[in-house]
Amino acid sequence: MADTTTDIDKVQPEEKQYSYLNLGPTHPATHGIFQNVLKMDGEIIVEATPTIGYIHRAFEKLSERRPYNQITPITDRLNYCSAPINNIGWHMTVEKLLKTEIPKRVQYMRIIIMELARITDHVVCNAVIGVDTGALTGFVYMFQQRELVYEIYEEICGARLTTNIGRIGGFERDFSQKAWDKIDKFLVEFPKVLKEFENLLKRNRIFMDRTIGCGGINAERALNYSFTGPNLRAAGVDYDVRVAKPYSSYEEFDFNIPVGINGDVYDRFMVRQEEMWQSLGIIRQALDKLAKLPSGPFHAEVPEFYLPPKEEVYNNMEALIYQFKIVMGETDVPKGEVYHCVEGGNGELGFYLISDGGRTPFRLHYRRPCFIFYQAYSEIIKGSMLSDAILTMSSMNVIAGELDA
Amino acid sequence: MADSQDEKVVNILKEKFEDQVLLVEQLYDFLTVTLKKDRIIEIIEHLYENPETKYQFLTTLFAVHYPHTDESRRTITGQASDIVVSNEGPAGFIAIVYQLHNMVSNHRVRLKIYLPEENPQVPTLTNVFAAANWMERETYDFYGVTFDGHPNLKRILNVEDMIIFPMRKEYPLEDQTREDKQDEMFGR
Repeated sequence: MADTTTDIDKVQPEEKQYSYLNLGPTHPATHGIFQNVLKMDGEIIVEATPTIGYIHRAFEKLSERRPYNQITPITDRLNYCSAPINNIGWHMTVEKLLKTEIPKRVQYMRIIIMELARITDHVVCNAVIGVDTGALTGFVYMFQQRELVYEIYEEICGARLTTNIGRIGGFERDFSQKAWDKIDKFLVEFPKVLKEFENLLKRNRIFMDRTIGCGGINAERALNYSFTGPNLRAAGVDYDVRVAKPYSSYEEFDFNIPVGINGDVYDRFMVRQEEMWQSLGIIRQALDKLAKLPSGPFHAEVPEFYLPPKEEVYNNMEALIYQFKIVMGETDVPKGEVYHCVEGGNGELGFYLISDGGRTPFRLHYRRPCFIFYQAYSEIIKGSMLSDAILTMSSMNVIAGELDA
Repeated sequence: MADSQDEKVVNILKEKFEDQVLLVEQLYDFLTVTLKKDRIIEIIEHLYENPETKYQFLTTLFAVHYPHTDESRRTITGQASDIVVSNEGPAGFIAIVYQLHNMVSNHRVRLKIYLPEENPQVPTLTNVFAAANWMERETYDFYGVTFDGHPNLKRILNVEDMIIFPMRKEYPLEDQTREDKQDEMFGR
């Protein structure tokens, strides 16, 4: 048999020539501002050195000078694909500090909004996995559905992407009939498109070959890296904050937590896909529960944080005082230290709030799931192809806003 | 969160590290243990490996700055203030907060240590949790806490040539020349 070893195989490893590739910071395939300096052996990644912080906006420092109401818009800009979850998570943190009782109706309304946000988050991630594997069609159809959710947000709070939805204690106004209609319309139209999208990719040979076994991480490493959310569940750990530490009455709902086996791109895709179906189920259950409740309350009794109706401001002394205190941001809160976490689009989104009894937090720490799991990225892509690295990043759903705070 | 779980953790801690535990308190729904700074990594390793506890998930790690003023001293919640001051001396502090999670029993515990404001140092946790790597870098970046033995302790979110540690309280955010936000105008 002929000797097939070539010159390149005889080269000693230390003499080997590596090339360096600068991936990012602004590269369309990274879907955000990430820089990775890749040490490449041909098309194989030998080492990756990530640099982050390109859109660092000092959220934790800003939070120390802002009244509680004015922190909500900051939380929008963490994971901007599912801003309402961040907003409501922050409101619930303050409510926990204040020990406020939230009416059941508000809790169910919040669950509807949070699950819609989870769907949009997963829509973006899964559609983009499609794009990165070469299937642009699904992306366009899915984004059309995301638009429907944004129209629901618009109907409720007026904004679309950075929503600033709700207030401490509940919602700024009751959902209009149009908003309810749009939610119903979404619940009818979205499952059809989701099913079609799933059929397009789930058993697609090209997609499966491309994603199975790509960018995998096992459960042990994932836990050691403090993964949470769909990325951890894809590795086979059934940890979900909605079940482990229910908030906003999630314990009353019936839903499944999908888990994967290999923690690779395909499993992450499938976990997110199933979570969207589960979210739809949760929204339907919440609507049923709401139908049994008398309509009316859409916020808790926290006048210190909740702007009074305008007509009362002109005629009622107390309402006028509260109006001024809220607008000027001069509401004091009790002293305390509280941690609250919600299941965000990417995992456990935690707010650690220390209040010294003043108008602003003494310290507010955001536990940002992206920041924590992105550090595993260089380990995951080591030894894989460049194109797999792109796919791994989009399947982990790293959001620059949440990463850099 | 079951109270029996809380008790179990406290007992295990006290059994082996009796002299290290300064204070055990319940802050809202969270068991919080204030410890001396000397053997913190050993304690976390013990909680990680002990089959009774198995806290094998690091939820978060971050720092809080309590400058040397009476007002911020009062912010250290509960009775912690006096105990910490009598143990660590009267200057300002940087607290490091570790939140651990046992996913099997679904129980969480928060450990706190207080370091001196000047030249804060603590051993790294990266040998136990890979996730501690960036969390410690972030803490160094914003508070200047040195984590001994950290594999790559450099700034992470701020620019490399920054000379201050911006989250410390001596760097106020708001423009100090503003006159419309004077405290007396708001009855503070």
